Amino acid sequence: MGNVDLNARIPNNVALNEDRRLQRALEAWQPKYIDWWLEMGPEGFQADEVYLRTAVDVGRDGWAHFDHVKMPDYRWGIFLSPQDKERVVPCGDHFGDKAWQQVPGEYRNMLRRIIVTQGDTEPASVEQQRLLGRTAPSQYDMRNLFQVNVEEGRHLWAMVYLLHTFFGRDGREEAEDLLRRRSGDVDSPRILGTFNEPVEDWLSFFMFTTFTDRDGKFQLLALAESGFDPLSRTTRFMLTEEAHHMFVGETGVGRIIERAADLMNELGTDEPDKIRAAGGIDLPTIQRWLNRWYSSSVNLFGGEQSSNAATYFASGLKGRYKEDKYEDHVALEGIYSMPMPKNGGISDEEVPLRNAMNELLRDGYIGDCEFVIGRWNRTLEKAGRPERMFLPHRRFNREVGIYAAGDYDIEGNPISDAEWAAKVDGWLPGEADMDYVKSLMKPCLEHGKIASWIAPPKKGINGNPFEWEYVRYDGSSAGVALGATPSLTGD
Amino acid sequence: MRVNPPTITSSEAPALAPVRFETSPAAYKHWTFEVEGGIARLGMRVSENDGLREGYELKLNSYDLSVDIELADVVQRLRYEHPGVRVLVIESMVPRIFCAGANINMLGGSTHAFKVNFCKFTNETRLYLEAMSAECGIRTVASLNGTCAGGGYELAMACDEIILQDDGNTAVSLPEVPLLAVLPGTGGLTRLVDKRKVRRDLADVFSTVAEGIKGRRAEEWNLVDKVVPSSRFREYVTDRAAELGEGEGPRGRTPTADGVSIEPLAGEYTDEGVTHRHVALTFEGRVGTITVQAPKQGPPADAAAARANPNDLWFWRMARELDDVLLDLRFNRPEVGTLLVKTEGDASQVLAWDAFIAEHEGSDWFVHEMLCAYKRCCKRLDLTARSLFALIEPGSCFSGSLFELTLACDRSYMLDDPDHPIQIELSAMNRGPLPMSNGLTRLQTRFLGSPETLEAALAHEGPWDSRAAEEAGVVTISPDDIDWDDEVRIAIEERASLSPDALTGMEANLRFAGPETLETKIFGRLSAWQNWIFQRPNAVGEQGALTLYGRPERPVFNWSRT
Ligand SMILES: [Fe+2]
Ligand SMILES: [Fe+2]
Repeated sequence: MGNVDLNARIPNNVALNEDRRLQRALEAWQPKYIDWWLEMGPEGFQADEVYLRTAVDVGRDGWAHFDHVKMPDYRWGIFLSPQDKERVVPCGDHFGDKAWQQVPGEYRNMLRRIIVTQGDTEPASVEQQRLLGRTAPSQYDMRNLFQVNVEEGRHLWAMVYLLHTFFGRDGREEAEDLLRRRSGDVDSPRILGTFNEPVEDWLSFFMFTTFTDRDGKFQLLALAESGFDPLSRTTRFMLTEEAHHMFVGETGVGRIIERAADLMNELGTDEPDKIRAAGGIDLPTIQRWLNRWYSSSVNLFGGEQSSNAATYFASGLKGRYKEDKYEDHVALEGIYSMPMPKNGGISDEEVPLRNAMNELLRDGYIGDCEFVIGRWNRTLEKAGRPERMFLPHRRFNREVGIYAAGDYDIEGNPISDAEWAAKVDGWLPGEADMDYVKSLMKPCLEHGKIASWIAPPKKGINGNPFEWEYVRYDGSSAGVALGATPSLTGD
Repeated sequence: MRVNPPTITSSEAPALAPVRFETSPAAYKHWTFEVEGGIARLGMRVSENDGLREGYELKLNSYDLSVDIELADVVQRLRYEHPGVRVLVIESMVPRIFCAGANINMLGGSTHAFKVNFCKFTNETRLYLEAMSAECGIRTVASLNGTCAGGGYELAMACDEIILQDDGNTAVSLPEVPLLAVLPGTGGLTRLVDKRKVRRDLADVFSTVAEGIKGRRAEEWNLVDKVVPSSRFREYVTDRAAELGEGEGPRGRTPTADGVSIEPLAGEYTDEGVTHRHVALTFEGRVGTITVQAPKQGPPADAAAARANPNDLWFWRMARELDDVLLDLRFNRPEVGTLLVKTEGDASQVLAWDAFIAEHEGSDWFVHEMLCAYKRCCKRLDLTARSLFALIEPGSCFSGSLFELTLACDRSYMLDDPDHPIQIELSAMNRGPLPMSNGLTRLQTRFLGSPETLEAALAHEGPWDSRAAEEAGVVTISPDDIDWDDEVRIAIEERASLSPDALTGMEANLRFAGPETLETKIFGRLSAWQNWIFQRPNAVGEQGALTLYGRPERPVFNWSRT
């Protein structure tokens, strides 16, 4: 293992050519994946040449190669971070044992579940975002969308590699099912709730990549601490790519905030109607989108008190965020003080640390999200604006876990059904909001142009300027149908 | 007679409020029940904080005894109060979850005796539900609109048909072995291979995959009868129920038939016992006595007349009262190890009732239902883990249906006193309509090794006196009036001195000779194994899986096998 083979049908650094059985299995899966990509991937732009980065190595420097490429020809490959031969199981009851290179029989089903659940989110987000190309606010943003999409596709490959390699026939069937489920489909939905919600506008897309991809980051961080070494190595490399998705989200929202701040300053008002009249998105609307996607993503960490989470940790299948920062990797003694709903109020209850692993990961996530909010607020500060964005309380608008049964306000205080009904319009997007944001979703497809509701980025991709031609339209492109000029320079 | 006050060395059960088994729809906390046309819908919606005891929450539609008592009541009421119903659909009112099975924390916090009796009761309820299809023609459909684990799947398997929602997530599972190191306790394993005829190797795989099996494969393996995509699921269940409900039910169960409403028995429960109209339970130390009174009056003129005051009909009421007393004994009086069974009254009235039942049970659903109630109650007696002695004394009326009680007992003593002659006599009730769980009558089971004795007994016309009864083998012994007191006293004292555990095992082994059925396997094999496993350190020791379930530690097993 280790050498990168870029010329193989499936680029990889796992010596696929030495494992005929696996190679055949993956090569049989590949055309089904392409079929799925053509059916469910970015709609209308499959023949265009998009300036994409492709993973070509796993080292710290120069792992990516940039070029214009048609998405179906993208070189989806299998890349694992380099193996550390001395690596041990980093946590749980097997702490200190040599890390497993094969799946321990007793944990096979659990591991399969973990990998399938993670793997399912990757194609799901591609499906959720498949119509967004038509309403991209700039070519730069369109390119970023497609970059995120192809990399989510590669993450699916990463998980399918594990399923095919280590889980026999069950694994192959699960790999097929990953292509069979469809985001939002009543009969065959994706596994997790958030991944069945449509991402219909670009404000949602940027919120999704900020908050939902960030859940992905934390799940990957926990899986990177797995005692099952191939999973750990796979997820470590996925994290490199994931960072870009969050960059896309955070800067995207940041630029919308920046635009709103500029408009407020220009017009000398903070009235939402006036900002809207000028073609911007007002801050309260941005905040409502934030509330929706953040609260939905918070669910993804699962139940606060979870025996599954305890078992995953105890078995060494999933560790904590930054496990190496802890002194005690067995975590049998600790207690987590958890605010529990009780008799209409909230009171702290002691939960064994292992059973609180989901909550611990959620804590890390929320802390990370706070930094993002801080950076957005710095944008407002720099613009001389007094307004600030904020994170809703983790209890707000929950559908999973101990807070799902009750209603909580944006600050996490228990409230009545009636109060919720009276106030929800101020907290979450309403129909009028949706209509307005939808009305802004007009294509802005020529390079160098940008929509009215978002500021241009500070810089372009890979040293190129914002105005550069990131997407070269084919004559058959939806972009051309929408009025953009086909490119003559294809190579 | 006087039995020395027993020395009770250990009391497993802390003083808890006694369990009562009568309830009514207005008092249901965990189920919704609706009847529309010939279709009844039973919705599971377990109220987390309304469990029987403190210390656990009934999350995810998990159940405890309080949930099952209501279920038993639903089944009973459906049979009596809604004769027009042809199909029962069992579904969940909680999104994404059908039923998570028996509550683990409840089991973890219960005494061994309670666990055993809990399992026994839930098994009896599932068999009662299952029997409803055969006895009343009410077909049952489990509509699995969410994940269905452990006892939840066992409940589904007790239905005639299982329909599973195919949404990529919803699975059926028996996670007991891999997750808890115990067995599915309500017939799961037995029904898997015996009723659903799932191939044993597939059943083996299924029973060790904690997350269960979903979708197409669940149907291929016959774990469910049909998987249906979510978008068509409700419609399919409704259509299927309508299809199953076509035509009329047996014995006059027509759409327009009037039901018979079940009124509370209003028994008196005290520390000294239970008093019902026809059945009483009393105690002296560790010895209890059940006394059943014969009817004061004969049966109604015909089946229609039986509807006039149904709750006052002796046969039905006696069966319900006896059933209630047996449950009280099992759950609330754990230390009563020996149970004496007595009757009082006019045997000819009993025989007259038997004749009435025999005449109308084939054509009238309500009379048939009364018979089924008594059949069920006799089985409950067979399965009661106490030493059962019938005392046939002057003034008793152990004939016909009540004679079954002596046959259910481990021994029967019949006084032989020429000054006070006693008679016992068979009726149609002893010849078939009251089978045991092995499918045979109690007489057939009794004379399994001697068909000619059985023939002779069945051919015997009229009553037996004491000596003839002993000779015919229909009672154990008929001591004369000089020996009687001593004989009975010694038998009881000796019994009370033996290990209750050994007696439970011994009696269960001796009571069910003859062929195996689903029922005997569930009670005799599954329950016996379960009771053993439930005691073992691998389940309930400090590092056992059941003990540690939901806790941060992983179980540690002792790997040696028997
Ligand atoms: Fe991803
Ligand atoms: Fe991502």
